[in-house]
Amino acid sequence: MSIRKSDRRFSMLLKLPMYLWTIAFVFVALLYIIGLSFLTRDELIGVTNEVTLSNYARLADPQYLRVLLESLKLAAATTVICVLIGYPFGYLMARLSSGARSVVLLLIIVPFWTNALIRIYGWRILLMGNGPINTILDKLGLITKPLKLLNTEGAVLLGMVYALIPFMILPSYTAVDKMDFSVVEAARDLGANPLKAFFTITIPLTLSGLMAGCVLVFIPSMGLFFLSDLLGGSKTVLAGGLIQSLYKGRNLPMAAALSVLLLTVTCAVIAVYRRAGGSNGELSLF
Amino acid sequence: MKKRSAGSIIFLSIVLVVLYLPIVVVVVYSFNANTARIPLAFTGWSTHWYHELFFGRNQIGQALLLSLNVAFWSVLISSVIGTLGAIGMAQRTLNEKRKSSRMDTVMESLAVLPIMIPEIILGLAFLVLFNAAGFQGNELRLILAHTTFCIPYVFLTVKSQLVGMDTALFDAARDLGASPFRVLLDITLPLCRPAIISGAFLALAMSLDDFVISFFVYGAGQGTLPILIYSSVKVGVSPQINALCTLMIGLVFTLVAFGRYISSLRSVQRKYVSARS
Repeated sequence: MSIRKSDRRFSMLLKLPMYLWTIAFVFVALLYIIGLSFLTRDELIGVTNEVTLSNYARLADPQYLRVLLESLKLAAATTVICVLIGYPFGYLMARLSSGARSVVLLLIIVPFWTNALIRIYGWRILLMGNGPINTILDKLGLITKPLKLLNTEGAVLLGMVYALIPFMILPSYTAVDKMDFSVVEAARDLGANPLKAFFTITIPLTLSGLMAGCVLVFIPSMGLFFLSDLLGGSKTVLAGGLIQSLYKGRNLPMAAALSVLLLTVTCAVIAVYRRAGGSNGELSLF
Repeated sequence: MKKRSAGSIIFLSIVLVVLYLPIVVVVVYSFNANTARIPLAFTGWSTHWYHELFFGRNQIGQALLLSLNVAFWSVLISSVIGTLGAIGMAQRTLNEKRKSSRMDTVMESLAVLPIMIPEIILGLAFLVLFNAAGFQGNELRLILAHTTFCIPYVFLTVKSQLVGMDTALFDAARDLGASPFRVLLDITLPLCRPAIISGAFLALAMSLDDFVISFFVYGAGQGTLPILIYSSVKVGVSPQINALCTLMIGLVFTLVAFGRYISSLRSVQRKYVSARS
């Protein structure tokens, strides 16, 4: 029995640094943001000790509300497009021969290791007025003057999908890969057409991967402010960019309130995901 | 059946081409002979911007040093904390075959939160916390922030390795009189080594890649490499940055190819050994 006791004490000792670090830099930090969101802004010293709910009330102001709705709309559109491209990609990838599959997997992962800013910068060059896309279209005689591609909402959506699609491909691929295809064959033998077999068997069986992909795409898409900065000009302001500009404008309580709202949306999405039977394990890609 | 596979290969190829298109463009434009900074028509090939990168006046060297320094310390600290945390928490579930305690569950969800929530929330939270706590100095602030979001990567990889582990080894060592510390040093850590290494590499990539959190946390003055890239490309196009990015992309591809080469060597070796025995 004494062995158990000393084991337990030792394992407590091992956990201690992580406990302390998590409490100090995650728990306290988030608590601090929540607390800050209830305080009043002060031009001179930042915040005063006056407790108020007005920061949350002001989230309903048209100027903020519009940004929030715009962000949610973009996040939803990004998720839908990622599903439409990423899921079939993951599916087809899982059906390749094992050699080809490992090559494609590598090709998907390598861009991950190059900085996201570099890749978005590449799009910036591609979409410019005198960039490659406009030049090619011009040479082909399809356009007479350069199309305005950069600094549009479409460019932001493109960038979002581009940056986040690996997060849809990888869990979809894993789910399809794990699936037992003899069930599909059985359905086909029993007379289901390919489409029907796909929708009644493959989709339900791989739903866990699809859901994990949606969570992994939707959540970060609300906060990637540099994307709308680099591809959307300053016209499209999203929730992430608003938090940043509120902070720059020294309105800390308002920035905090918006962060708390974003945090709430995130937790709600994860809660729905768990309720629907999703596991945490599938959310960790690596 | 044949027709579908042709269609699927076309679909896969198109997506992959689009995935690599911006990377190729960055590389090609780094060799642009057009030395005007703003109009970016591609006029011919030259290595002008590489000269500028290495010999011109810029802050790239300092930014790189800061990035590497921050990455080194945060990977080191997070590897130690994350590994020990995962091993400590596994004690109950693995050795005692009980459900993890409530406290552990709460702590685990909190600890992995940094990689679940939008980065910007954490960035703002760190910023106000560090300001309130009076932490000055970019380096310290960046290391604390990076360590926090690196811990989950190490913790999760080590944890998943521990789940499938055979506990008989630990029990045998303990029964034979080894102290818990000795078991940790001689058995648990060596068994976890592959997971610790891959977790650390993941953390390294995330630290070097991070822009959003670093952008919030760092004060004025010298930023990390991603911050420098952001501020130079935000206003327009900067071919010098293209040259820098090309070198970074080249490095990543070389490392990946090298990794593949090593693992293929290993599998050849394994085949050879198993064929001989």
